[in-house]
Amino acid sequence: MEIAFVLEKFILVTIIFAISLVIAMYSTYAERKVAAFLQDRLGPDRAGPFGILQPLADGVKMFMKEEIVPTNSNKWLFMVGPGLAMLTACIGTAVIPWGTAIQIGERVIPLQVTDINVGLLYIFGVVSLGVYGVMIGGWASNNKYSLLSAIRAASQNISYEIAMGLSIIALLLVSGTLSLKEIVEQQHGWHWNVIYQPIGFILFLICAFAETNRAPFDLPECETELIGGYHTEYSSMKLGFYLFAEYINMFVSSAVIASLYFGGYNYPGMDWVLQHTGTTIGPLIGTLVFFIKIFAFIFFFMWVRWTIPRFRYDQLMHLGWKVLIPLAIANIIVTGVVIAIIEKF
Amino acid sequence: MEPLTNKKKVLAQKPLTFAERMYLPAITKGLSITISHFFKKEATIRYPEVEREFSTNWRGMHSLKRDEEGRERCTACGLCALSCPAEAITMIAAERKPEEKHLYREEKYAAMYEINMLRCIFCGLCEEACPKEAIYLDGPIVPSDYLRKDFIYGKDKLVEAPLTLK
Amino acid sequence: MGTSVFYIVAALSVFFSLMVIFSKNPVHSVLYLIVTFFTFTVHYILLNAQFLAVVNFIVYMGAIMVLFLFVLMLLNLNKDNEPLKSPLVKIVGIIAGCCLVVTLVGSLKATAVSNPLLLKNPGLGLIQNLGRELFGPFMLPFELSSILLLTAMVGAVLLTKKEKI
Repeated sequence: MEIAFVLEKFILVTIIFAISLVIAMYSTYAERKVAAFLQDRLGPDRAGPFGILQPLADGVKMFMKEEIVPTNSNKWLFMVGPGLAMLTACIGTAVIPWGTAIQIGERVIPLQVTDINVGLLYIFGVVSLGVYGVMIGGWASNNKYSLLSAIRAASQNISYEIAMGLSIIALLLVSGTLSLKEIVEQQHGWHWNVIYQPIGFILFLICAFAETNRAPFDLPECETELIGGYHTEYSSMKLGFYLFAEYINMFVSSAVIASLYFGGYNYPGMDWVLQHTGTTIGPLIGTLVFFIKIFAFIFFFMWVRWTIPRFRYDQLMHLGWKVLIPLAIANIIVTGVVIAIIEKF
Repeated sequence: MEPLTNKKKVLAQKPLTFAERMYLPAITKGLSITISHFFKKEATIRYPEVEREFSTNWRGMHSLKRDEEGRERCTACGLCALSCPAEAITMIAAERKPEEKHLYREEKYAAMYEINMLRCIFCGLCEEACPKEAIYLDGPIVPSDYLRKDFIYGKDKLVEAPLTLK
Repeated sequence: MGTSVFYIVAALSVFFSLMVIFSKNPVHSVLYLIVTFFTFTVHYILLNAQFLAVVNFIVYMGAIMVLFLFVLMLLNLNKDNEPLKSPLVKIVGIIAGCCLVVTLVGSLKATAVSNPLLLKNPGLGLIQNLGRELFGPFMLPFELSSILLLTAMVGAVLLTKKEKI
């Protein structure tokens, strides 16, 4: 292992981490702005021009608040909960290909931290681990509402993981690989997977909403029934971590959706652009396109949140088990049959 | 239970058709409604900078009026304090000295006149009770403050500014 | 480097497995078990069995342990509502434990150090090779095990049905 390699990866990891944190920070601002615009309001506009410094003000507020640990809580696990939520949210970014390799001088730098050959399963594993932050935090609070919320989160995540996995299998039949890099490479130009897998895309999108605990599936934190859900007892920056982890999750799942179904850094006419801009600027344009796709999905997440009311718990389970899973299985069968027919002729 | 009147209307809830149970058309319809609002003009008024016009019968902060020569109209009769249902008004009357003739219109005037804005309910009864047309609730919104004592408004805040002659 | 990492991770897995047994709170036990499974995942990665590692990660850590935790949280076991064990149960427990220890010691004495098993294909754990093996020579056992799982699932559904069939 040469020093330059380690340094290169270290810089890449730092940049990706910083970018995902900044995007999560401004997602909180964007969420309030989008909510306001969708409801004919203005949104935060006092801190800085157009309220651009609002996330900073929120952060300072979170840090300055008094930290309360409930007396009968499990102190250690109470602290582990938000940390785990943050950790599982952040490590998902490691396998996402942010762009084609850039050439700087002689050196070719791939814009992906690691290209493991089970990248998709890794994402899946990280997502399934994400529920622990909520569960541990909810249980350690020693509060009935938090406990209920933790249990809800667990059963919701497990139910939707199955549909999510099945919808991915249909995609794997099309792409034939588990490496995210290769899946993105296959969608060169406009050959986006969403064209071949429209139903799989919709299923995956719905499951992504459920896995990130976003409205209309935000049952673990629904205010009307469970006060604040798993973060009822949390205050100060621990609460901030929970809220922050949700936005990082949203960013990561937007990135995954964009790279699995919407071609990642590929865009129509990319060959022409690459020819005319060279090997340093060209890939960066691809990365820019990727981020535009991610932002579009983040906006979509928010747009849905302020449009659709929350599901009832039995409706949620009904949708997950009796609608999504059979649909996903049917999708797998249809995809398999079509691929077999194409290969035959 | 047998209904007592025939006003009760039985609504038969039809089971959803297949297209309705797909949900996706309904969701796209909802999304299109919300996105149309995204481009509409916002209804918010940025309050401290921009103020909304008050209606003509708006009752805001009180002001003690002066007459056309700039003398205070209030004669400290106490009718406003008597009429006040919230008991927000207190005053101390004093006798006008000869050299103060240009300051007060009547022989008796209010040396101290206080309204507790936390008690006041802005009913406007003091305005109606005043025989001298000295008090009107024609001011702006009473501003917020940190301490209770700062909500007791004395004559310094209530009496309107003297007329400036050109 | 590989060996030293192995010894560290192996020590950690032994430590956390012991913590599973010794911690008094059942929820803590489950959490230690999750960490133990995580160390197993690291072992699989050290053996270059990436697919197995990730599947262990998803299935054991991500799904089964969540269910364990789920059940324990629902039961809400704590000292107050723990029924007192009768001395008879304790004695039976001690005897059973002693039997286990005797069996373990006996079997350990019977074992001899065997030659290390060398994997012919070091890339077997990679997903493509594993898939070829599973759906080639090991087709029948693979399908049989899936039928076994299906049977278990049908059995579980039957158990939840209240009415007699």
